[in-house]
Amino acid sequence: MVASIFSNHERGGKILLGVIALGLVVVPFCNLVVSPESTFHISTFTVTLLGKYLCYALLALALDLVWGYVGILSLGHGAFFALGGYAMGMYLMRQIGSRGVYGDPVLPDFMVFLNWDQLPWYWYGFDHFWFAALMVLLVPGFLAFVFGWLAFRSRVSGVYFAIITQALTYALMLAFFRNEMGFGGNNGLTDFKDLLGANLQSDATRVTLFSVSALALAAGYFLCRYIVTSRLGLVLVAIRDAEDRTRFLGYRVNYYKLWIFTLSAIMAGVAGALYVPQVGIINPNEFQPLNSIELVVWVAVGGRGTLYGAALGAGIVNYAKSTFTTLLPEVWLFVLGGLFVLVTVALPKGLAGIAGRIKSFQHG
Amino acid sequence: MGDSTHTRLSPSWDDPKIVVESTHGWVLYLNEVTVSFDGFRALNELSLTIDAGELRCIIGPNGAGKTTMMDVITGKTRPDSGTVFYGDNIDLLKHSEAEIASFGIGRKFQKPTVFINQTVAENLELAGAKNKRVWPMLIKHRDSEELDRIDDTLRTIGLSQQANRLAGVLSHGQKQWLEIGMLLMQDPQLLLVDEPVAGMTHQEIEATTEFLANLAGKRTVVVVEHDMEFVRSIANKVTVLHEGMVLAEGRMEEVQENSKVIEVYLGE
Repeated sequence: MVASIFSNHERGGKILLGVIALGLVVVPFCNLVVSPESTFHISTFTVTLLGKYLCYALLALALDLVWGYVGILSLGHGAFFALGGYAMGMYLMRQIGSRGVYGDPVLPDFMVFLNWDQLPWYWYGFDHFWFAALMVLLVPGFLAFVFGWLAFRSRVSGVYFAIITQALTYALMLAFFRNEMGFGGNNGLTDFKDLLGANLQSDATRVTLFSVSALALAAGYFLCRYIVTSRLGLVLVAIRDAEDRTRFLGYRVNYYKLWIFTLSAIMAGVAGALYVPQVGIINPNEFQPLNSIELVVWVAVGGRGTLYGAALGAGIVNYAKSTFTTLLPEVWLFVLGGLFVLVTVALPKGLAGIAGRIKSFQHG
Repeated sequence: MGDSTHTRLSPSWDDPKIVVESTHGWVLYLNEVTVSFDGFRALNELSLTIDAGELRCIIGPNGAGKTTMMDVITGKTRPDSGTVFYGDNIDLLKHSEAEIASFGIGRKFQKPTVFINQTVAENLELAGAKNKRVWPMLIKHRDSEELDRIDDTLRTIGLSQQANRLAGVLSHGQKQWLEIGMLLMQDPQLLLVDEPVAGMTHQEIEATTEFLANLAGKRTVVVVEHDMEFVRSIANKVTVLHEGMVLAEGRMEEVQENSKVIEVYLGE
């Protein structure tokens, strides 16, 4: 039985990596090479949509690492995603230069609109890509580290931890809505022109962003997989299943939780940073508590504690969302809610669990 | 289980291991420890001394404070007042559970707690890892010495056949053994064992008795147990707890004669 779970797990991972590899070959080819008249052409709109799914999948992977393996239910992971997105958005804003509506050589449009006469200090450095890229990692990482340090040290766990993470993302949303914060208020950051000199509207840039997202997802998967199959992974599952017991064996559980939570937040930040140039906007709605809850649904539907399940779940649920919100927009929230209830009651291991069950049935 | 392996059960440690400094001869020293939960005094100025190499049984009716005492020693519960020393120098009240475990104090729970989603071998590996900090756990692989220790322990606890099965599917008795195996892997100097024979068959109880008796002298063992027959069979010295205090202490025969003890516990 153990062996079958393990080999199944492996197979799921292979499927995920296969899907990514296939996408890396087919999508650029069908967009850039195949002529637009052909039925095999993939439109740039679809490329961007798929790129978005890949970012969501990376975010789901990050959540699965903390929730699926360590049992820390974070209902605020969307905040780390949004912070990574804002760091990238600030870089993209600086790249606009004097091409804004107001044509100010230094200030982004929204600052001119607010009659600000100089750039706030925390915008310094964001005209360099390397600086922004560093912030994509550091800002969510630092927030998670401080937040986690306080929470885990005080032994806040379970539903209480989930609630304060909701509060965290909600508080950030309210803060970012304020104009005087200097992040564009409720309009957020948008109207981006180019990234590292490449025009964001061009097909080639979109395909490149898609490919980088795919590679980031694969890298994230390998990293998580390395962690959960190492001896550290044994400790993580031990913490999830019997936290006190793990402490009495001599493991400093708080540190383990803190490192994994921080790493997961950094992964979420990277996902957000790749997401923003593809969708072309980042605004405080990304901090909505609902987003973080939807994220939990993706992971639950795909299969918690499997990594590949979380990533595939993100893709599947979001594909369903795109379809439903186009065909029957008013039905989507009911479908989402129903899906969550169904998975919780009938499929505690999600879609990955069904695959496992079919396999163990075949083996008798 | 009833494997013949249990009859030759003895831990692989042959030499007495005294790591902790103890000039007075005791390993564990509790002085006037008080713990109250919402006004209820689970421990009421409890004072207790455990000597190095001793096998001590702690008995007492439900609610006497036995498990709370274990919780205080292992850092799970902080007392309202009192002192708890491990050896001469280590003030256990200043340390976390993990630190206390790393000093060489191992604990076996009342309800067998093993990691149910991990294999028997993985449970032992977790218990026996040499460096339990984050980074070494991430990058280091199990070495052959650790694998040997796991194999030895599997044989000692009679679970070699079950090495690759999930701990969750073991029988109750096997889980008890696995937990004892985890204690062996931890190689502690002081073992706190909470109701080791609860739910065990006669055969298993015999094997456990022999196992604990073998430990005496090499390690210090504190056993909390309800099963009087078991206590009679292993203990030199017995401490009777009642309402968070020591009611009586001494050899089993003496304690059995004690009128107060008969009144609250043995005579029931």
